[in-house]
Amino acid sequence: MTAVPQTLPQDSPLAKVRVDVLPLLLVPVLALLMLPLVGSFPTWVTLTVAGLAMGMMVFMMASGLTLIFGLMDVLNFGHGAFVSVGAFTATMILLPMKAWVEAESVWMNLSVVGLAILLAMLVTGLLGWAFERIIIRPVYGLHLKQILITMGGMIVAEQLIHVIWGAEQIPLQLPTTFRGAFIFGDAALEKYRLIAVGVGLAVFVTMFLVLNRTKVGLLIRAGVENGEMVEALGYRIRRLFVGVFMAGSALAGLGGVMWGLYKETLTAAIGGEMTVLVFIVIIIGGLGSVGGCFIGAMMVALVANYAGFLVPKVALVSDILLMVAVLLWRPQGLYPVAKR
Amino acid sequence: MSEDLLRLEGVHTHIGQYHILQGVDLAVPKGGITVLLGRNGAGKTTTLRTIMGLWHASRGTVRFAGEDITQARTPEIACAGISYVPESMGIFSDLTVRENLFLAARGVKSFAEMDEARLEWIFGFFGALKRFWNQPAGTLSGGQKQMVAIARAIVEPRKLLLIDEPTKGLAPAIIQGMVAAFRELKQTETILLVEQNFSFVCALGDTVAVMDGGRIVHSGAMADLAGDLDLQHRLLGLSLDSHQ
Repeated sequence: MTAVPQTLPQDSPLAKVRVDVLPLLLVPVLALLMLPLVGSFPTWVTLTVAGLAMGMMVFMMASGLTLIFGLMDVLNFGHGAFVSVGAFTATMILLPMKAWVEAESVWMNLSVVGLAILLAMLVTGLLGWAFERIIIRPVYGLHLKQILITMGGMIVAEQLIHVIWGAEQIPLQLPTTFRGAFIFGDAALEKYRLIAVGVGLAVFVTMFLVLNRTKVGLLIRAGVENGEMVEALGYRIRRLFVGVFMAGSALAGLGGVMWGLYKETLTAAIGGEMTVLVFIVIIIGGLGSVGGCFIGAMMVALVANYAGFLVPKVALVSDILLMVAVLLWRPQGLYPVAKR
Repeated sequence: MSEDLLRLEGVHTHIGQYHILQGVDLAVPKGGITVLLGRNGAGKTTTLRTIMGLWHASRGTVRFAGEDITQARTPEIACAGISYVPESMGIFSDLTVRENLFLAARGVKSFAEMDEARLEWIFGFFGALKRFWNQPAGTLSGGQKQMVAIARAIVEPRKLLLIDEPTKGLAPAIIQGMVAAFRELKQTETILLVEQNFSFVCALGDTVAVMDGGRIVHSGAMADLAGDLDLQHRLLGLSLDSHQ
């Protein structure tokens, strides 16, 4: 293999790499614009941190769904089932180990919640595997059937939760050291919300690193753009499908645990209630884009919080209004994923 | 070049209700370039996609290196040693040039493991790739994207390259460069090249097959077709003179 002279023209113009920063500026610009409207700095800090925390929890639930849609072209309206199952599975650890939850030790609290999260992610990941094989696989490429059958799957899952855990609401106690708030001046920052921000950021950074620094991640990104070509390179995209579906379901389970602890009360509909919000987030972000999903989740939650404080009636429709505004600006979402 | 690396016998392919390939018999000898010519809609792209397993033959057999791959899955066919450059190029525009080639190098797990000597060999053909190594492939020009697509097909040794209309939409200067690149490539690789640009392939091809209506209507040496204007007129409705 000896090198031969360069044989093609080298001076073809190259389009400059355009880093699309505008969507990245949305969250800080929105927060800064709201500061004078809110009036009080401590209130603004509290609202902003609460919004970011909620946004992180929504991101955990939505990130898996956006990858599932981007890679597999599957509209999974049953994604909320994994949120519910995750939250209820956590009760299998949190309720029997109540003493650890009520202990005044950070490490015992962290251990019990960590264990609950691990179990919830394991169960929802395995459930995702079964869901993909039994419910999704027969309807690949058939969007209408996907919507119908995944909504049906969601209903079945909710009823199964009633069968297994009962139809009554289950109170979920927040661990002792996660309660309360840090006070900075006049601003109160709830500890659990800060934890949610930390967990959400950890999930985002992990997903970012996996998608950008590992071969599997690059294959997922390539598969989102052109699955057929990934197969032509010699990779079995079906395995990627299953892996992504399991990971996406496990992330929804994680989101379910975090959301359940935040609400402190569980019903079987806890996931279903989030479905519309989660879809709004992934549409705003651009279907298939994890970065877009992250910004979309932050925007939806912050706008809901600010609107709830400033014009409470608008808060009821703030997520829809935000989606309309974003789609008028960018009809494919904030970061549209190139498709073949 | 007597041994056939790839052989299609009586291959029929249906896409939905359409009967596209209607009994294709095609042999690709080992080494050199076999050109598949034909008008739009003759079935050239379908032939490549059927070989690659992207569409499955409803009848007939596809044998590669002695193995029957008619019903094999696309990844298995790729792993058997066939690379495919589709008409659309199929590059991953969100990924950099480096990442595109890295994914095509199935045998390596990290960038550091990529065969540097092989990459230098590729840069010998397509020097622009070295300059734009860390650029997202979607930002490259059409000709540069085609370089990425072909480089990806040869980043590891393969037994056969299937290349679908590599000159489509490219400027004449780029096409001239590509002729030189293919001339070098065919010294070491076996290529099945689908083209409509006759003047491009007649300088490159060793053997040729002409398709019409989903069948092979002529096969033989490229030199014979290039030297027979009547045959060109009859098969392709053109003569080489009109393209020069």
